Amino acid sequence: MAAFDLDFTVHQGDFTLDFSVSVDGRALALFGPSGSGKTSALEAIAGLRTPRHGRIAVNGHVLFDSTRHVDVPARHRRTGYVPQDILLFPHLDVRENITYGLREGNRPALPVLIDLLELSRLMDRRVTSLSGGERQRVAMARALYSGPDVLLLDEPLAAVDLPRRRRIVDALLGIRDELAVPLIYVTHLPEEALTVADWAVLIDNGKLVASGPPREIMA
Amino acid sequence: MSAEIRDIAIFTTIAALLATAVMLVPGVAVAWLLARRRFPGKAIVETIVSLPLVMPPVATGLMLLWLFSRRGPVGALLARAGIEVVFTPAAVVIAMAVMGLPLLVRTARAGFEQVTKRYEQIAETLGAGPWRVFRTVTLPLAARNILAGAVLGFSRALGEFGATIVVAGSIPGRTRTLAVGIYTFTEAGQDREAMLLLVISVSIAFIAVLASNRLAREA
Repeated sequence: MAAFDLDFTVHQGDFTLDFSVSVDGRALALFGPSGSGKTSALEAIAGLRTPRHGRIAVNGHVLFDSTRHVDVPARHRRTGYVPQDILLFPHLDVRENITYGLREGNRPALPVLIDLLELSRLMDRRVTSLSGGERQRVAMARALYSGPDVLLLDEPLAAVDLPRRRRIVDALLGIRDELAVPLIYVTHLPEEALTVADWAVLIDNGKLVASGPPREIMA
Repeated sequence: MSAEIRDIAIFTTIAALLATAVMLVPGVAVAWLLARRRFPGKAIVETIVSLPLVMPPVATGLMLLWLFSRRGPVGALLARAGIEVVFTPAAVVIAMAVMGLPLLVRTARAGFEQVTKRYEQIAETLGAGPWRVFRTVTLPLAARNILAGAVLGFSRALGEFGATIVVAGSIPGRTRTLAVGIYTFTEAGQDREAMLLLVISVSIAFIAVLASNRLAREA
């Protein structure tokens, strides 16, 4: 279980996202239509977008607090981030991508990640030759190998063919339960929110509309 | 081919290679600064770097002559250390580097601008500091442009005439380059020598362009 303590406001041009969730859980789904501000929320948590004001803490680690002038740089936040467009480094092969993160501390062993995310046949491939699902798995491994306290995923199933989605969902469950890395992920698919998340937040047009167990939110 | 002609060809090639080496680090640094940073006086730096491209090369040479003469601001310092620049091979290299720099900076800058910032942000979330991000992500992704810029700078250096003749002269066996040699021999009615240098110039330029095109394809 992780304690998510997220309460912040992000401005982006005319758009304002007011986000406020405080919950203990293993996986938090940010659910809502596109353009609702889900990605901005992930970027704020990852340290790639500075909130106007508020507080972001995961498991008691304060990453941002405007009243106390805390703004931990992205590289010290220990937030694994997999953006929607995945962004594997194109000049590195799969193994070099995965082992890019160099952080000290508890990170899953490489063989464990290879096993969990079924990467053994991919390790020496060029990233340009991977399918959408393969890229997604490699990007998750890259983020996890840096030893994150929380894994942030933006639409992890969006680039994956329907038949292969099950594998990604299984991988997410494995990360959540076997590696015990808490997840925050953005999705617009209700079924994804239902399978993996134990808490869901519904966002629309920058406003938090509902927050609760996924079944209640989707109902 | 006479020894004199051969020596001119070798000297010019080595001087142009040295000039490329000299401009590489400052050129890449300035290109990165212009592409990625906002700082006071940026427009001034931008203009100064591009100036040799639009100024008459002879005028650039005159500026260098003033800077590096014994009474000039740089020359006086060097003279105190017992270093003489004007009318030496070092002056040839300096003139070539100054004339080639704008081409390197412009091409490398375009390369840095093409690297999406988001790759760098991902590297940050994986724990990489600014220098590591630059070395392992930004630089390799801009490498093709930097290389193309270096070849352009080298080619420009190879053909440099106006600045060289003012600041380095045309001393046989000391500062005479291909371009300056062609002019000097033509003036003196030594058409055979001039023609030989012309053929050599065309050959080196041909090889440089061929090599750069191949590099661009492979990168």
